[in-house]
Amino acid sequence: MTETRRPRRGIIGYGTYVPYYRLQRSAITDALGTGGGRGTRAVASFDEDATSMAVEAARRAVRNLEANGSPFALDALYFATATPPYLDKTNANVIHAALDLPSAVFAADMVGSSRSLGGALRAAMGSPHPTMVASADLRSGRPGSTDEASTGDAGVALIFGNETDAPVLAEPIASASATAEFLDRWRLPAWNYSRQWEERFGEHAYLPLVTEAVDAALKQAELEPSDLDLVLVTGLHARAVRGAVAAAGLGAVTVGDDLVAVLGNTGTPHLGVVLASALDRAEPNQTIMTIHLADGADVGVFRTTDALANYTNGSPVATQLGSGTDGLDYNTFLTWRGFLDREPPRRPDPVAPAAPPSLRSQRWKYGFVGSRDESSGAIHLPPQRVSVKGGAVDEMEPVPMADVPATVVTFTIDRLAYSLSPPVVAVVIDFDGGGRFQCQLTDVNPDDVSIGDRVTMTFRKLSTAEGVHNYFWKARPAA
Amino acid sequence: MASKGIKDQVAIVGMGCTPFGEHWDKSVDDMLIEASSEAYADAGIAQDDVDAYWFGTLGSGVSGLTLSRALKIDYKPVTRVENMCATGSEAFRNACYAVASGAYDLVAAIGVEKLKDNGMSGLVGAPLPSDGTRPELTAPAMFSLLAPAYAKKYGVDEAEMKDVLTRIAWKNHYNGARNPRAQFRKEVSKEKICNAPLIAGQLGIFDCSGVSDGSAMAIICRAEDAHKYTDKPLYVKALAFAAGPAAGPIDPDYDYTTFNEVSASVADAYAQADITDPRAEIAMAEVHDCFTPTELVLMEDLGFAERGLGWKEVLAGTFDLDGELPINPDGGLKSFGHPIGASGLRMLFECWLQLRQEAPDDRQIRSVTEDGKTLGMTHNLGGAPGECVSFVSIVGSELG
Repeated sequence: MTETRRPRRGIIGYGTYVPYYRLQRSAITDALGTGGGRGTRAVASFDEDATSMAVEAARRAVRNLEANGSPFALDALYFATATPPYLDKTNANVIHAALDLPSAVFAADMVGSSRSLGGALRAAMGSPHPTMVASADLRSGRPGSTDEASTGDAGVALIFGNETDAPVLAEPIASASATAEFLDRWRLPAWNYSRQWEERFGEHAYLPLVTEAVDAALKQAELEPSDLDLVLVTGLHARAVRGAVAAAGLGAVTVGDDLVAVLGNTGTPHLGVVLASALDRAEPNQTIMTIHLADGADVGVFRTTDALANYTNGSPVATQLGSGTDGLDYNTFLTWRGFLDREPPRRPDPVAPAAPPSLRSQRWKYGFVGSRDESSGAIHLPPQRVSVKGGAVDEMEPVPMADVPATVVTFTIDRLAYSLSPPVVAVVIDFDGGGRFQCQLTDVNPDDVSIGDRVTMTFRKLSTAEGVHNYFWKARPAA
Repeated sequence: MASKGIKDQVAIVGMGCTPFGEHWDKSVDDMLIEASSEAYADAGIAQDDVDAYWFGTLGSGVSGLTLSRALKIDYKPVTRVENMCATGSEAFRNACYAVASGAYDLVAAIGVEKLKDNGMSGLVGAPLPSDGTRPELTAPAMFSLLAPAYAKKYGVDEAEMKDVLTRIAWKNHYNGARNPRAQFRKEVSKEKICNAPLIAGQLGIFDCSGVSDGSAMAIICRAEDAHKYTDKPLYVKALAFAAGPAAGPIDPDYDYTTFNEVSASVADAYAQADITDPRAEIAMAEVHDCFTPTELVLMEDLGFAERGLGWKEVLAGTFDLDGELPINPDGGLKSFGHPIGASGLRMLFECWLQLRQEAPDDRQIRSVTEDGKTLGMTHNLGGAPGECVSFVSIVGSELG
């Protein structure tokens, strides 16, 4: 009788999303005479939220997985966020729909504190099936606050599976946690900023928990601190994060870049973003410890595999941080985050999408799935029953278009339409291989648009009315 | 199967048209009463002589009751018509067919729109419950898509294109300055037009038609009865309408330099009216200049200019009031604004004045008085490039 070995399980794919806009922290200082600081923070555009950023990260993770020759199939999807666009309603279902997942795939939110990511990771690692953890936060603080300057917006998606699903890139070899109840950071659901107890108290509460969890993880993995190639420390309490390595007695280990200087502290997804950034550069057979401080301490130890050497990532974190613009002005930032209530145009307010038509067109609205006429090959966006070429009726097959690049045919700058960030740039685009669509172009300077520009699709929140977020797709300039 | 038309079977024997403008002091009812009273007087009839009504409005009321209640119509058929910005024309078209069928002797087509009561800038639609995925562009933005596509296709540089669009607005304001019923009755300099704040794309505020209130009515009878009412009837030569698959926004074959619906409807109209050389045969045209690029593209779609050369004809003054083929001699949507249900009938009202040589001296076109041309066109469209409805009528002051 041969011995059955439990298949190796770990991260089989990952993707990150850094928004196009960065705010210079000095812009805050310039405007307010206080706050701010050095470096930049990532800013989600006016048409993004935690869910849409998680969708973009998840799409990258799927693309990376498929680009590396592995099929994409999931058993479950968890969405971890401290800034859920909806309560009562499951935000993960939007990601589920945007990825056009089969209904049999489970989806659930892990919502509340930044520790929600730890919960999602535990669920994913403990499952025997392929599982995606998506996470994103939309973070800020009151004008002039430390949070405003030090936070950032981003999303991450990690796909966990067995080596039978896809080559494992990084295998968790230990995990340990320490939990305690103490008042460090809190926010009521209606608040758009957080409050924090005095900084030195948090350090006092956190550091023993870090020590406890690190010790337990090392023991579990049968490792000495000197065996660690890299240590990543994240958490919302900056002072405790800075003191964690020393407090845990890790000595002279290499501490990885936590990206706060250019990205900002992205909250719930931050551990995932920093880990993904480390994996972008890691060598096979390295040992990486992650320490996350969030109402306790969660420690993981990952071992990278040979497969990492062959894994190509279409959009590494460093590449994303090197693109976009850091020229966002502070007034615009305040407007987008709701801290500056600007006069709207004399135009009707946006209208909430209605529930029944949104359900009927679910694969179109969320998945950007059009239809292809089997007789003429014509692609229809939105899907049609009657072909525009030849008039064939009900001879259509679904055709996913979200990942197909397109070219601008004509465009306009609409200075009359309602937008949180006027003017609206509208484009008519033709997709490679067929299909035309008219939509907004986002993440672009209106002066830079030309016929012939290359664009890709991005999942956005078009508007919010009557408490309903209208999610749909826009074009953005191709990277 | 064919579109046979009703050439010379029906005639317009009276018209009324209110001044168009910001009528803060007038209701929908007031404008309906004014337009109809003028039309009845013009035809020398009483309201009771009218056998049936076609009433066009996009959103200033629903059902025939909006008209019958205002005018206290005495239990007659009133059909409420809606076909986007071609609503007024559509009321007229269906009224003509009712007479041609023999069902009625004398009918009225009337259109009205009250836009200035909603407090918004520009036109505002009434959204249907939807999945929220339709592009929510404003009207100027949708029509501004024509300009860069046209310029790119025909090699017109951005500055030249701006000159062309500016000249169209300048020309229409020049004409409107000579029209006491227009909303805007001042000439506007090219410099002012060109330097106006941008609304959408290349379009400045003077590239867009105004927003106004107004109403207009036509009285229609069989051609053989026309001289009972007037010495100078206008005969209906052609009525054409086209709605298509509206596939421009989803069909890569559409290039945003033409309106397929206009080409289809005008070909039908020319066939009905036996017109083979429109530029030579037609005295004037009232066209749907909702935005300046629309008028440019229409010059080519309607066969008034060769493809790709319309912009040169505009700059050469071909379509000026004293040009070879005056376009929008009344000032167009540019000077009148666009009270949606009324515009198509307002266009017809200018044909009524010009072809009967009753326009004021400073606006009366020479193609009628000197060249002896007898045909006029109205063109009305609704929707957006690639997805519109288009109406074309041809009327004439002579039979045959």
